[in-house]
Amino acid sequence: MADLTSDFVGIKSPNPFWLASAPPTDKEYNVRRAFEAGWGGVVWKTLGSEGPPVVNVNGPRYGAIYGADRRLLGLNNIELITDRDLYTNLEEIKRVKADYPDRAMIVSIMVPCEEEAWKAILPLVEDTGADGIELNFGCPHGMSERGMGAAVGQVPEYIEMVTRWCKQYYSKPVIVKLTPNITDIRKPAAAAKAGGADAVSLINTINSITSVNLDTLSPEPSIDGKGSHGGYCGPAVKPIAMSMVSEIARGADTAGIPISGIGGITTWRDAAEYITLGCGNVQVCTAAMTYGFKIVQEMISGLSEWMDEKGHTSIEDFRGAAVPNVTDWQYLNLNYVAKAQINQDLCISCGRCFAACEDTSHQAISMSPERVFEVIDEECVACNLCVNVCPVEDCITMEAMAPGTVDPRTEKVVEPEYANWTTHPNNPSATAAE
Amino acid sequence: MTQSPFTPGVASGRLAAPEYDANFSDLHPALDAHEALVAADRCYFCHDAPCITACPTDIDIPLFIRQIATGTPDAAAKTILTQNIMGGMCARVCPTETLCEEACVREIAEGKPVLIGQLQRYATDHLQEKGGHPFTRAPSTGKSIAVVGAGPSGLACAHRLAMLGHDVVVMDARAKPGGLNEYGIAAYKTPEGFAQAEVDWLLGIGGITLQHGKALGTDVTLDRLRADYDAVFLGMGLGGVNGLSVEGGDKAGVLDAVDFISDLRQAGDLADLPVGRDVVVIGGGMTAVDAAVQAKLLGALNVTLAYRRGRDRMNASVFEQDLAASKGVRIMTHVVPKAIHGNGAVREIEFEYVNQDMTGTGQTVCVAADQVLRAIGQTLESDGLPDLESGKIAVSDAGRTSVSGVWAGGDCASGGDDLTVTAVAEGRDAAMDIHDVLMGAAG
Repeated sequence: MADLTSDFVGIKSPNPFWLASAPPTDKEYNVRRAFEAGWGGVVWKTLGSEGPPVVNVNGPRYGAIYGADRRLLGLNNIELITDRDLYTNLEEIKRVKADYPDRAMIVSIMVPCEEEAWKAILPLVEDTGADGIELNFGCPHGMSERGMGAAVGQVPEYIEMVTRWCKQYYSKPVIVKLTPNITDIRKPAAAAKAGGADAVSLINTINSITSVNLDTLSPEPSIDGKGSHGGYCGPAVKPIAMSMVSEIARGADTAGIPISGIGGITTWRDAAEYITLGCGNVQVCTAAMTYGFKIVQEMISGLSEWMDEKGHTSIEDFRGAAVPNVTDWQYLNLNYVAKAQINQDLCISCGRCFAACEDTSHQAISMSPERVFEVIDEECVACNLCVNVCPVEDCITMEAMAPGTVDPRTEKVVEPEYANWTTHPNNPSATAAE
Repeated sequence: MTQSPFTPGVASGRLAAPEYDANFSDLHPALDAHEALVAADRCYFCHDAPCITACPTDIDIPLFIRQIATGTPDAAAKTILTQNIMGGMCARVCPTETLCEEACVREIAEGKPVLIGQLQRYATDHLQEKGGHPFTRAPSTGKSIAVVGAGPSGLACAHRLAMLGHDVVVMDARAKPGGLNEYGIAAYKTPEGFAQAEVDWLLGIGGITLQHGKALGTDVTLDRLRADYDAVFLGMGLGGVNGLSVEGGDKAGVLDAVDFISDLRQAGDLADLPVGRDVVVIGGGMTAVDAAVQAKLLGALNVTLAYRRGRDRMNASVFEQDLAASKGVRIMTHVVPKAIHGNGAVREIEFEYVNQDMTGTGQTVCVAADQVLRAIGQTLESDGLPDLESGKIAVSDAGRTSVSGVWAGGDCASGGDDLTVTAVAEGRDAAMDIHDVLMGAAG
């Protein structure tokens, strides 16, 4: 069986599955249950400064987006950082870490953007024996209105400054958690790196309103008829998060900084994908909040089985393996030609491919009176929409045309050579191929 | 309780009261809101969906299911009822396993179709339970039309005509409207007076007058109707029953399955309804199954359904056959009645085994029977009708008969299966054609 042990910036855990800083990691009871269930590590829910804790709303904190059969695809929340006393949290962290020395224990922190505030809390956290800290620069609601969370994360200079304080007053790894509510994710990542961060973690949640109640005309979750934007997470945000992760993994100023991947990780497969995009480990929240801590068992068995199948013996074996394949559009091979192919044995004749292609694409699928659907190669641009809307797995596939054959759509021979937009004759700024 | 399933002969009150209630409750209980959403989520919203093609009334099934899935069951009901005004009854009695659900692509994919029939019932029940009528009448055309028969085809025709602005008089020989919905369908398919409730709701359109106790041929003639009305629609169904011409076929205890079912549907208390200890039903269609299953549910100890061919040739669907078997009905095949024995009342029925080509094998078998129910087909009765074809009124696609100004649909007309849903489609389509003719849009 593959070795799933993880060494993320020197923090060891039996597997790369950590619980993200969030309600599941708010207190000792939950964290012990998580460790008993098999989670490799937790990022304790964000601690604030000493003094009266923050307060939460006393109404709904979450809103949701559903797929078929009420499968939760996206979750949004307006919960703040921990609303429990700082010292209660610190004592619990110390106790749990002592009882589970092999698990990663990271403490998330969010205090005002003042050196004294950080200088005050860091020794207290250091004393718990936790393995590292994560700086919450991402929380997009509530705390950001008070100059914390995303309000810091959206200003690279602040990120660099606070990171530097943390490296100065804290001896163990510092992970900077990034907000996605920003135009270019590479800027805050570079700032964290410049400030000396050991790693970045991303994404935090995305500004969102999940729905509007059409009876009360209040956004959901609704507090006495009013709503506020919350932070969006869950399977729906995974594509956004993975794009941001890949940008950092291949950015000139950011490549090489360790990444803890967060965003919609629900299965082992999601985790493996994040790792191939360069993440050293992953953090999970919504999936645990939806199904409970037990899901980690599937994540462990699935990742392990896949690694065995691929011959990977460690996480490092495939970490970042997909990064070289993430490129800019202009470098995609325009001589690659594919055509959709429908497997008639698998086809159940629902006609969704036909409706999609006929109404919204290239009229490249024919329909017979007997409900046989066939691709018209002369029209097919291989857009993949039919594949995406087909309800049967692998019924429609995209098949590459062999070099030397003629594409019936363009009547041109499929060239074996790679050629992209930068050298394409239609490109006004094309450079001559060398 | 003095009687039991073991009581010999024909007796009532074989069961305890709670058993009757349980036996005759809904065959398919209504989906609740959660179940409806789960079921609706399975629909793929197919292009030019096969289920629509399979529906005799062409209900836009993917659209109504999407309307349920998005929380608008009343809009779903209007989608259904626009095509099929008896969508509520059809949701209960349609053999969906051989219509829409058989065509469902998820039947192909997984062997489990979307629950179209039950979803249709969910939507139509939702709308009808709110009360009111969803359709309004067009301005009066001044035309009046006679409809003979208040069954599915007649009522569907009447509703559509009323909606188009015509005045309609519906005549029926029996005391209640509904036709086979009221008198001929198994009680567990339409419990709690749904048939009458649906008729009442349907009449909410206005412009339809019901006349009971008026049979064509005896109380009124076709010529009279043609003279008094702008058009006539014939939808009186099949009043006659094929007899059983075997020795002893006139003995006490031998009766028509349609009468048995009708009595059951009209019974105030099922415990008052007599049923044999040993019941034999002769036939292989829906009526035979409905009679056999209900005889069993009334407390008959042994119920045998005897059919002259193999199960694959039975008109009753596989689902109906399985339903019968699950209720304890024994299905005998390849047998034809030779004689009914008994001293005054039937005691046993003698069958001969027959080959596929219906030739006798010479082998016989006797089955104990104190009640024999004939379900071997119904016939059209009445003189002075338009031209017939294979014993039914010959009609064009739009239901036109050989007589000008007279349309026909439902079981009494040629074309289409003898199903409620087909009758509704024929009544509706005839109404559209009548409208076109009367308003000068068609010749």
